[in-house]
Amino acid sequence: MDSIGILEGRQKQIFEKKSGATQADIACDTSSLSGSVSQRACVFCGSRVVLYPVADAIHLVHGPIGCAAYTWDIRGAVSSGPELHRLSFSTDLQEMDVIYGGEKKLYKSLIELIEQYKPKAAFIYSTCIVGLIGDDIEAVCKKVARETGIPVLPVHSEGFKGTKKDGYKAACHALMQLIGTGSTQDISKQSINILGEFNLAGEAWIIRQYYEKMGIEVVATLTGDGRIDAVRRAHGATLNVVQCSGSMTWLAKEMEEKYGIPYIRVSYFGIEDMSKSLYDVAVKFPERPEIMDAAKQIVSEEVKTLYPSLQKFKKALTGKKAAIYVGGAFKTFSLIKALRSIGMSVVLAGSQTGNKDDYARLKEMCDEGTVIVDDSNPVELSKFILEKGADLLIGGVKERPIAFKLGIGFCDHNHERKIPLAGFVGMYNFALEVYQSVMSPVWQFAPRKGGSL
Amino acid sequence: MLLRHTSKEVKERVGLTINPAKTCQPIGAMYAALGIHGCLPHSHGSQGCCSYHRSTLTRHYKEPVMAATSSFTEGASVFGGQANLLAAIETIFSVYDPDIIAVHSTCLSETIGDDLQQITRKAKDDGKVPEGKHLIFASTPSFIGSHVTGYANMVTGIASQFAVSSGIKKNQINIIAGWMEPSDMREIKRLSSVLGVKIVLFPDTSDVLDAPQSGKHEFYPKGGTTVAELQSSGDSLSSLALGCISAEPAAIALEKCCKVPFKTLDIPIGLTATDRFIMALSQAGGVTVPDEITADRGRLVDVMADMEQYLYGKRVALFGDPDQLVPLTEFLLDLNMKPVFIVSGTPGQRFEKRMNLLLNERTPETKFRNGIGADMFLLHQWMKNEPVDLLIGNSYGKYMARDEDVPFIRFGFPILDRIGHSYFPNVGYSGGLRLVEKILNALMDRQDRDALEEKFELVM
Repeated sequence: MDSIGILEGRQKQIFEKKSGATQADIACDTSSLSGSVSQRACVFCGSRVVLYPVADAIHLVHGPIGCAAYTWDIRGAVSSGPELHRLSFSTDLQEMDVIYGGEKKLYKSLIELIEQYKPKAAFIYSTCIVGLIGDDIEAVCKKVARETGIPVLPVHSEGFKGTKKDGYKAACHALMQLIGTGSTQDISKQSINILGEFNLAGEAWIIRQYYEKMGIEVVATLTGDGRIDAVRRAHGATLNVVQCSGSMTWLAKEMEEKYGIPYIRVSYFGIEDMSKSLYDVAVKFPERPEIMDAAKQIVSEEVKTLYPSLQKFKKALTGKKAAIYVGGAFKTFSLIKALRSIGMSVVLAGSQTGNKDDYARLKEMCDEGTVIVDDSNPVELSKFILEKGADLLIGGVKERPIAFKLGIGFCDHNHERKIPLAGFVGMYNFALEVYQSVMSPVWQFAPRKGGSL
Repeated sequence: MLLRHTSKEVKERVGLTINPAKTCQPIGAMYAALGIHGCLPHSHGSQGCCSYHRSTLTRHYKEPVMAATSSFTEGASVFGGQANLLAAIETIFSVYDPDIIAVHSTCLSETIGDDLQQITRKAKDDGKVPEGKHLIFASTPSFIGSHVTGYANMVTGIASQFAVSSGIKKNQINIIAGWMEPSDMREIKRLSSVLGVKIVLFPDTSDVLDAPQSGKHEFYPKGGTTVAELQSSGDSLSSLALGCISAEPAAIALEKCCKVPFKTLDIPIGLTATDRFIMALSQAGGVTVPDEITADRGRLVDVMADMEQYLYGKRVALFGDPDQLVPLTEFLLDLNMKPVFIVSGTPGQRFEKRMNLLLNERTPETKFRNGIGADMFLLHQWMKNEPVDLLIGNSYGKYMARDEDVPFIRFGFPILDRIGHSYFPNVGYSGGLRLVEKILNALMDRQDRDALEEKFELVM
């Protein structure tokens, strides 16, 4: 492994912050090089993660079996009611379907499904070959919608037609078809939609509670613990509050254009950003000053209990170093701040899908010597982790075993988080998880730390 | 009640698969290729395929899984993926420096008509494969067969593209591993060594996907069948293919290209399948079975005798892959249990034939189905109509087990929520012992949980 260097053509996607060095822009928003061991996924993956938490719709994957099999209940987006999203539905296209087309099979599958499950709506995901064999999904969906009386929405998520980000957009496009079809009667003037919050481990519930405590009505969470009826009336909200920059900014922009709903970008990770996301919303409702008062009170109460409880972790973790490699860059900003608040510095920061502005901001935020990467791979990650002496890696499923093989702690900040990391309580959970992993006695047995026989 | 919508009434569905008992070919090809030392699997398709396969294998093994992708874009899908693949091959050899690249196709590259044989030949002709390095391929369209088919296709590709016949026979036997865990492959090697038979086992994922914590990220872990071993397989005395669907096609290819005769056996899961494996290997290697193995067998039979009263007549539902389900079913019958429902998403008539042979006399009431329409929704419906005592299958069985309140044993692929499969084998007599222990624990824990106080027994 030592002999494996940085992929040629990738140098521009890696940056090390040094004083006096030329501040060239990091190259990003590009497709991965052929032949790289990238940690990225495809368009379909992007659409699937965005729409997945809508729990009272069926999600039918139109294609060969794999795309449905690999995305079957792997994301812990919890629902307070129906759980249709946790099942796996596929048209399981066979060779004959590829030759003669899959429209009939799609039609019959939809009819069977809707009869069986009586969903509020259906999302139909196109996969790679559907884009090639030329199935007219749009027409099938229209026909089934007519016959069954529920919205049947095509999601144009052919895997090869771009990156995961294009998948987010395709999902948002499907959501736009629903928004505006419900009644906005009785929606308060002081109301918001929560965008880009997927209720992993119940996080949307925590966030929703804060806003409701402030006296704000939450019309829809998109899409955590999502319900079709709520999505349909989302255009009645006064403000869109967008988390996770990559996935839902497009939807917010569309809603602004079509319905005149302004949006703000927030993050619910860490004390600083969590508090700011309450204040930033309160500011938008100056006609009701008690909202800001409530926000201030929530923050002060939460911080009063949270702050002392973090000190134990901070004491142990001060001086430890972290590496961050996550899907979206926006999350990285919060994580850097959150880690600093428990005494840790960041030596490597990167994302799969960050854009130019994201990386510019990242550069500003990072300490000297921090390595910044876009669309990285296991070789680079391992290399920088060892070189920079990181004690923790924050990432997703594919990064976890790499951290553990290297003998450092890990925190899943992706689908597989088991406890909520958002909100004030989430900051405590995050600190606890980082502390547990970084300070685990297991690392002393690792050969690299002198733990060999 | 996650599966609260599952209806009791079984209706023939036309187009729809609900909760599949299979996945697609490429992941099988990727898994097989990881069993070759110094090999980097390469997925010729969109980026998502590779990412999903790596994630699934990582969840199953809790190990880093390395594989590259052609990263198809819209252009590639219009103009063909040759340029992408050629560029990928160059990149991979120059940067990741594997000994071998094993390319598999996807539904996308198959549908646009990329011919891997032609493209890999062109790569070699153009000098993109450095001296001493290798480039192999397997065609694995996702719309045919299942992950098991993909595994079989890659193993066949490995056999036919590496084996050479020097004309001088070597005193060794090929064992072609059907889809099994690294722990199983390790056990096959141990048994062969105890028997005193020199074998070439391929693929071999032990020491690849069960690697020790080393403080390093080994891009190419130390395990895997070596190129030298693979090349020598053409000179072996004979081949034993473990599994008629996942391993036999490779044995046929070896016979064709190097005239190595073969015998197809079941994966040695359970008593009788292990008996057949030990007999076949001792015959092929011309050795007698040592006492150590006879004693292993004796211990398994002893436990089966000791606990027979707890096993008798227990109704079992199972799902998974055909080459594992066949010997598992046979073992359950040997344990005097009743495998009543069996489902595999992998198509093929061999499964039906074998199951008929096994079940017709001993449990004619058994329902089994494979291929189209054989999914977990169907299995759940069967279980709702006629309840079972035990469910055996991969992690996705946990929903059914919870909803029906049935004891559940994890077996097969993928197992996403427990460990053990990487380290403790299911094959051989010791594997049989482990399975009996698991079955008994599941059944007897349930019996204890549900027993009335006066019937709650200390000695069982």
